[in-house]
Amino acid sequence: MTTTTVSESQPVLSVRDLHVRLPHRAGIVHAVRGVSFDLQRGETVCIVGESGCGKSMSAMAILNLLPRGAKREAGAVSFLGEDVLNAGERRMSELRGDKIGMIFQEPLTALNPSLTVGEQLMEVFRRHRPARKGEARERALEMLGQVGIPNPSERMSQYPHQLSGGLRQRVVIAMALMCEPIMIIADEPTTALDVTIQAQILRLLIDLKDRFGLALLLITHDLAVASRVADRIVVMYAGEVVEEAETSAFFAAPRHPYARGLIGCLPSAQAHGSGAPLQIIPGTVPSLIGEMRGCAFRERCPEAEPVCRETIALRDLGGRRARCVHAGLAEALA
Amino acid sequence: MVRYVARQFLLSLAVLVAVSIVGFVLLRASGDLAQRVAGAEATAADVARIRVSYGLDKSLPVQYLEWGQRAVSGDLGRSLFFPENVSTLIAQRLPITLGLGALGLGAALLIGLPLGTLSALRPNGLFDRAVLTIAVLGQAMPPFWLGLLLIIFFGLNLGWLPVSGSSSWQNLVMPTAVLAIATMPTIMRLTRSGMIDQLRADYVRTARAKGLKPLSVVVKHALRNALIPVVAIAAVQLGALVGGSVVLETVFGIQGLGYLAWESINRADYPVVQAVVLVLGGFYCLLTFVSDMLHAFLDPRLREQ
Repeated sequence: MTTTTVSESQPVLSVRDLHVRLPHRAGIVHAVRGVSFDLQRGETVCIVGESGCGKSMSAMAILNLLPRGAKREAGAVSFLGEDVLNAGERRMSELRGDKIGMIFQEPLTALNPSLTVGEQLMEVFRRHRPARKGEARERALEMLGQVGIPNPSERMSQYPHQLSGGLRQRVVIAMALMCEPIMIIADEPTTALDVTIQAQILRLLIDLKDRFGLALLLITHDLAVASRVADRIVVMYAGEVVEEAETSAFFAAPRHPYARGLIGCLPSAQAHGSGAPLQIIPGTVPSLIGEMRGCAFRERCPEAEPVCRETIALRDLGGRRARCVHAGLAEALA
Repeated sequence: MVRYVARQFLLSLAVLVAVSIVGFVLLRASGDLAQRVAGAEATAADVARIRVSYGLDKSLPVQYLEWGQRAVSGDLGRSLFFPENVSTLIAQRLPITLGLGALGLGAALLIGLPLGTLSALRPNGLFDRAVLTIAVLGQAMPPFWLGLLLIIFFGLNLGWLPVSGSSSWQNLVMPTAVLAIATMPTIMRLTRSGMIDQLRADYVRTARAKGLKPLSVVVKHALRNALIPVVAIAAVQLGALVGGSVVLETVFGIQGLGYLAWESINRADYPVVQAVVLVLGGFYCLLTFVSDMLHAFLDPRLREQ
């Protein structure tokens, strides 16, 4: 199968049983433990979870951008039906920046301080297209306009430090869109920004996604962001997927106790002006060093039982999945 | 930016004046100049006459100010031995010293930059360790000693290169090698540590996420940023090479500024010594100033401040 003929039903990205292991002073950290999910054409999937749960690592592993020493293993990773797990770095570097765009958390450090904005935009285009400098420049100007940057031609010759945080993130987004990608992976794209700018950038992302028909894989620790953007939500905890569901179904009735805890932590989920303190999930994330048995969340779970010490599989609940022994209950009763 | 340039310039000027004062005073503290010029057999009357005719009887501040006034107008005085006046002497000798310094620095950059970059790709790897060993050896060897070793091996034992003098390009090979070996480790280590830092930076990950080829990621993105401090240090290093020319030019018998200084010190030709100290100090200050400017110019974040 070639990459150009894409059937409607074929997912843009399909990940099966992805593992990432990193060397650490205290031992091997098993940061991603058997993650599987699909991303359909034009769909937005949010991977949510607290820091250290393996969500960024999963994204980096998909793109073959893991830090030195980190090892990935997987059943399969395919992009538009192409096996990218065994494709090798050469092929991956052809896809990155071209068919797959990437947006990072820190827009200042993500840009090279000593290259102009224009140069950083144009070089992606010239890497992946047989384009002359003039064409690349036109394209860069067009994309700066698309992401809502005023005076694009003036911005082209500026350096990243001369731009505000919000503008920088728009530049990073424009960079990801230079070659008309099919999929964008955005890793905490609004986390480093001011609250007012966060809303703008989020709106821009949704807007661009619809305009260009992008599949968007958004990684965030912020459920409020996910609730506004996502078609589907994947919750990760301690390197595992613990729940996956359509956004509305997820917020209506989360099946995993951790997901319920996360939603409970949202300020909006609690009565306004009631003066009640924000809820928290007690305890901390377990160590990811070495192998783990049983439910990773059981130490913090209000519903833990002896059976939770056994290995728990991700249960298919008909259109959604959850990794909890109690999860089938609602479906069984219905 | 203008204020920054002006401030650095004034600072360099102040350092230069301080250097000239220290040189002036040390020269007079080293012994009775009139006695040394007159020679060991001179009568007391001769010494006294020389003292008066060269103005050495005046107080130190007066002597310094008179000399300084003439120096500012370009008159560095007359040599007691050479027929030329001091300015002409320096104009003849300076290009040799500068040329040698530039050659040495050029060679050091040519070797140090690629070695530092390659070492940084795999820190603590086999290549990195080998290069680091060579660098430590190069840094630990005193240049004059290394120069003597080269003379013995290539000059005397093998007879490949001339031992002394500055008549042909072959004369420059060994001194250039010595300068390069002495300077290369600094360049190499600075490049290496800079590259290790830059390769860890987020923007390098971005460059890889854009699918850029490894050469482009390393050279266009990381090296460009790692080079900023290296270029600045290279300018200072050139100043150090020129300033350190006295020893090396003496070892290899190269008729540069350093050799002139050594000769003149030996025969109490104090106007020449004073002038050489001033010129070498001036070059050091100038190159330090240039280094600051380069640093500010290369880093867009500093450029506009």
